[in-house]
Amino acid sequence: MRGAEIFVQALKDEGVEYLFGYPGGAVLHIYDELFKQDAVRHILVRHEQGATHAADGYARATGKPGVVLVTSGPGATNCVTGIATAYMDSIPMVVFTGQVPTHLIGNDAFQEVDAIGITRPCVKHNFLVEKVEDLAPTIRKAFYIAASGRPGPVVVDIPKDVTADSCEYYYPKNIEIRSYKPTGKGHPGQIRKAIQLIFEAKKPMVYTGGGIVLDDAAEDLKEFGHLTGFPITNTLMGLGGYPATDPQFVGMLGMHGTYEANMAMHHCDVLIAIGARFDDRVTGNLEKFCPYAKIVHVDVDPSSISKNVPVDVPIVGSAREVLREMNQLLREADFKPRDKSNPWWRQITEWSALDCLRYDRTTDVIKPQYVIEELYAVTRGDAYITSDVGQHQMWAAQYYKFDKPRRWINSGGLGTMGFGLPAALGVQLGFPDSIVCCVTGEASLVMCIQELSTALQYNLPVKIINLNNRYMGMVRQWQEFFYDRRYSHSYMDALPDFVKLAEAFGHVGMRIEHARDVQPALKEATGMKDRLVMMDFLTDQTENVYPMIASGKGHHEMHLAPGNPQPQPSDRELA
Amino acid sequence: MRHILSILLENHAGALSRVAGLFSARAFNIESLTVAPTEDPTVSRMTLVTSGSDEIVEQIVKQLNKLIDVIKLIDLNDGPHIERELMLVKVLARDGGREEVKRLVDIFRGRIIDVTDTTYIVELTGASRKLDAFIEAVNGELIMEVVRTGVSGIARGTRALNVGTPTAAPRTPTKAAKSADRAARGAANPAHLL
Ligand SMILES: Cc1ncc(C[n+]2csc(CCOP(=O)(O)OP(=O)(O)O)c2C)c(N)n1
Repeated sequence: MRGAEIFVQALKDEGVEYLFGYPGGAVLHIYDELFKQDAVRHILVRHEQGATHAADGYARATGKPGVVLVTSGPGATNCVTGIATAYMDSIPMVVFTGQVPTHLIGNDAFQEVDAIGITRPCVKHNFLVEKVEDLAPTIRKAFYIAASGRPGPVVVDIPKDVTADSCEYYYPKNIEIRSYKPTGKGHPGQIRKAIQLIFEAKKPMVYTGGGIVLDDAAEDLKEFGHLTGFPITNTLMGLGGYPATDPQFVGMLGMHGTYEANMAMHHCDVLIAIGARFDDRVTGNLEKFCPYAKIVHVDVDPSSISKNVPVDVPIVGSAREVLREMNQLLREADFKPRDKSNPWWRQITEWSALDCLRYDRTTDVIKPQYVIEELYAVTRGDAYITSDVGQHQMWAAQYYKFDKPRRWINSGGLGTMGFGLPAALGVQLGFPDSIVCCVTGEASLVMCIQELSTALQYNLPVKIINLNNRYMGMVRQWQEFFYDRRYSHSYMDALPDFVKLAEAFGHVGMRIEHARDVQPALKEATGMKDRLVMMDFLTDQTENVYPMIASGKGHHEMHLAPGNPQPQPSDRELA
Repeated sequence: MRHILSILLENHAGALSRVAGLFSARAFNIESLTVAPTEDPTVSRMTLVTSGSDEIVEQIVKQLNKLIDVIKLIDLNDGPHIERELMLVKVLARDGGREEVKRLVDIFRGRIIDVTDTTYIVELTGASRKLDAFIEAVNGELIMEVVRTGVSGIARGTRALNVGTPTAAPRTPTKAAKSADRAARGAANPAHLL
């Protein structure tokens, strides 16, 4: 079998549904083979960055690895942002890059780049396929590595001659890599120590991240929550890992987290962190982080443990496995769940009463928060929401209450503007009958706007919620707070007419200028089952995201929206 | 504190740059690094000397273990161990200087392995500290050139670092693949690592 055929056959054997790609010289043999079959559906994007984000969105929503095929040189370099985005959020993805023929490698040949070298720092692993015999086993290894342990992107660089050469086809079902043995079950002794702390805790707090979502551990976390009765917060990446409408959920934590979540973090005496990595946007100032807490940290990646914050009980293992073991022990020990009448919960309820996400609901100016709340209502909380990066991302995270995992899809680690639209296309392919919305800002949206064509070609009826404040809002907010309102290059001048733009790409465009029109417009748009609708909401230009922890501050030093009583930062240990 | 890490890694193209890249990307120190294939040509052994607090060294070890090409590693500092480094020094050896250098070489149990009218090449093996001490002992103006191999280290006693029973790579039943496999093993050489 020729290499190109092997490639396509291997994807079939791997069960790949969609291949996001863009052709070019180095991959033409492969494209010729793709032409001859339809088991693997090729989705032609309009820019390779779009291919990586679409594959990434597909992976986040479905849990299956996203797959990308691009040509050598610029095809490969255009993928780097998308690969790094997936890497930072531990998303399983396999990216195939074409390469110049082996005899030309290192010759500065036409469209040659060292794809392996360029991507090395932002992949879980990468491979150069040196001969056709290695192709099928390497593809198998790539999928295995991408999806197991702590997932991540894997790049496979395939020289053109490898796709022309022939060998017998054999696709290994199971693969054994002697240098790669991801851990599953946690250490029983460590788990018992964690249970001990759970019993002793007076002011417990559970902090979980993307690991819950990635490991499909949401059901187990829910059970853990109900067995313990502990308050639970999620990171930006972890939203949906615990139902947002559950009474034990105290909201997101971190820089734009809720008052109650951050205060509970600061004052807790036992912190149980699962599948989270103590990112700087979550911890704030490390010197002031959880000063009174004993910390349990469960993570599948040992290098995440004690990286930023030293922990008392490290547990290396998959979130799901360890949660199941802990749940089992809690049931056996007949642990009495904490009820809301105990002093710690009463304190948390008091913090919640501050209603830190309050905003002005009386004006007819469109408040961005209002759009998200209405979107939540109109979609009954059941949509897939992708987002870009900026204020709109934070509002979507704060005001859309995700009850299920894999519904909230955003670039948390790298913070990649341009992610939202192509990611939404990938999600819609995975879930053709669901409502998929891309919450974006006018600056982020244009970064991958070309993918509107892809949406038309494959009839992907995504709803774009453009919170158009005519600013790079998040940049403007920082300039307002920390640069004396010098709005250096953060105003979006010369913006396109987004309605006409949508129409030019063959879609429906809507402009919404008044709060009273928000709900009807959302209903109308979500009712158009087979059309992409671009909704251009002209929102309050200077709205800011609150609460906010400025850099260098601790969790107890939040700024609330103006008009709220600013709580006195209190650092005394609560009784 | 200074730590010596012994690392077994796949003798693959690019394996070395993964390790080197990790150190630069995460701003870890490398004092020295040596690498060569082992008795099993599919495996290279690297000795890496680094320094940092216990927390940093713990991170270094974890990050190295995370690299797919790293098969196993140990921190030699966890037990008694032996370290050796080879150094070649070219020194000016003229007049009275000749005798003095020779005496120093004897004291340090080195050897003079090349002699001209005006120069010696001295070969010295030992722990890095000993080599440092020799350099300090020789009058700096006499030193023309210093070449050091970097540290090789090994644990004392029964503690040993090896792959153990190698897990057989999944084998394709085809003849072509088998011969390709053999070819790949044959092709393994140090230059390949880069
Ligand atoms: C590719 C990229 N470039 C720059 C940034 C820095 N950045 C973060 S938020 C932001 C502004 C985003 O503006 P917009 O998309 O309009 O969203 P808003 O904050 O107004 O909701 C910028 C420039 C980034 N995150 N990604």
